[in-house]
Amino acid sequence: MSAPKILYCHCAYTQVVPAEVKDAVLRKLCDSGVSFEAVADLCETSARRDPSLKQMADGAVKIAACYPRAVKWLFAAAGAPLNIEAAEVLNMRTQPAAEVIEALMKPELTPNVPAGKETIEAVAEGVGK
Amino acid sequence: MSIRDEKTLRIVLYEGAGAEPVPAESRFAAVQALLVNGYSVTRTTGERPVNAHARNDVLALGNFGGRAPASGPATDGEAQVQVEDLADWAPETVLGKVRSAGASKQAIEPGAWKPWFPVIDYDRCTNCMQCLSFCLFGVYGVDTANKIQVQNNDNCKTNCPACSRVCPEAAIMFPKYKAGPINGDVVSSADLQREKMKIDISSLLGGDVYSMLRDRSERARSRFSKERDSDKALKERQKCLVKLAESGDIPAEVLMSLPSPEEIARRAEEAKAKAAAALQQNAAAS
Repeated sequence: MSAPKILYCHCAYTQVVPAEVKDAVLRKLCDSGVSFEAVADLCETSARRDPSLKQMADGAVKIAACYPRAVKWLFAAAGAPLNIEAAEVLNMRTQPAAEVIEALMKPELTPNVPAGKETIEAVAEGVGK
Repeated sequence: MSIRDEKTLRIVLYEGAGAEPVPAESRFAAVQALLVNGYSVTRTTGERPVNAHARNDVLALGNFGGRAPASGPATDGEAQVQVEDLADWAPETVLGKVRSAGASKQAIEPGAWKPWFPVIDYDRCTNCMQCLSFCLFGVYGVDTANKIQVQNNDNCKTNCPACSRVCPEAAIMFPKYKAGPINGDVVSSADLQREKMKIDISSLLGGDVYSMLRDRSERARSRFSKERDSDKALKERQKCLVKLAESGDIPAEVLMSLPSPEEIARRAEEAKAKAAAALQQNAAAS
C-alpha cells in the first residue's frame, strides 16, 4: 500500500493559524524530501470546487489544516467527500508544530475525521444541483 | 463569472527524474512565497502523477540544468502543462515566472477574493431553512431535493458570521472565525445553550434583526427630518450599529453597507418565501 498523500493548507488570507506553526510544518515538509500538495487556502480551494480536491480525497490522506469538522465539510462542499476511514486531519490552530510534523511524517495514518449521521457522499452528490 | 468557473494556475515544483534537487532553503523560500501570494503548489519527485484538471493549467518548475524536457511531469488530468527550467530560485524570480505564465494563460490573479463563507455541517443541520430565510445576500439556496446548501459563496460578507448565529443547531461554520464552535471546533452542549440564548436575545430585540434595523432606520429618519439634527441622527445610527454588532457579532461595515430599508424588506420577503416553499415541498414529500 502506498504512503498517504499529504495536503498542507497555508490559510493565507487570515491569521487564525499561528504563523510559527505553519512555517515550521512547511519547512519540515520542504526539508524532508517527501512529495506533498500545498494549497494557499483550503477554504478558497473548496469554494472554487477545485477538482484537485477530489483527487486528494481519493485514497489515504493526511491533511495539515484546521479543525477536522471544518475540513470534513469543506471537502464535502467541494463535491469531494473524504473517506473518513482513510483521512487524518492535523489541526495547526490548536496542535503544536512538533505534534503536527510527527503525525505527518510517520507512515501510519490515524483516522480522526468525525463520523456523523449524514453520509457525506450524499451531500457531495447534491453539490451544484 | 462565478469563482467556480475561474481558471487558476497550479504550480508544480518538479524534482523527479531529469531534474536536480533544489537546495532545501531555496525550496522552502520559493514554496512559502508562492503560498503567501495565493498560489497552490505541488512538490513532487515524480513517484505519482500530479493532480491536474483542464480548469487548472500547470506550470512545472524544475532545475533541469538547461535541458528542460518538452513535456512536463505525468498528470492524471487534462491540464496544459508548461515546463520552465529554473536555475535561480530566489522567491522574486519564481514569482515573476509564475505571474508571467498566469497572465499568458489568462488565469486569475490570486488574492482578489477573501474566502469567507459559511460551511454547513450536515451532521447537525435539520434543514430548517432559518439560514436561507435570514440571509439577505443570496448565499443560500436549495438543491433539487430541497436540501439547504451554500450556493453563492462569493456573495457572503467578509467577517460576518450572522447566519451562524441564527442556526439553532450550531450547524453553520466559518472556518476562519476566531472562536468555536463557529470555527469548526467541537460543539458542546454549553455552546448549544448559548446559541439558543442568542436567538432569544434577537427576538427580544424586536422579532428579527431586519425589522429592528427597519424600525431604527425609520425612527432615525423621522427624527432627522423633524429635528434637522444630523449629528444626533448619526449618533443614533451608530448606537444601533454598535448594539447589533455586539449582539450578533456583525461587523459594523457590513451593517453600514446594507441596502435601503425598502430593499432589505424586499430581499427578506424573497428569502423567506424561498425557505417557506422548500419547507412546504419537504413536508409534502414526507
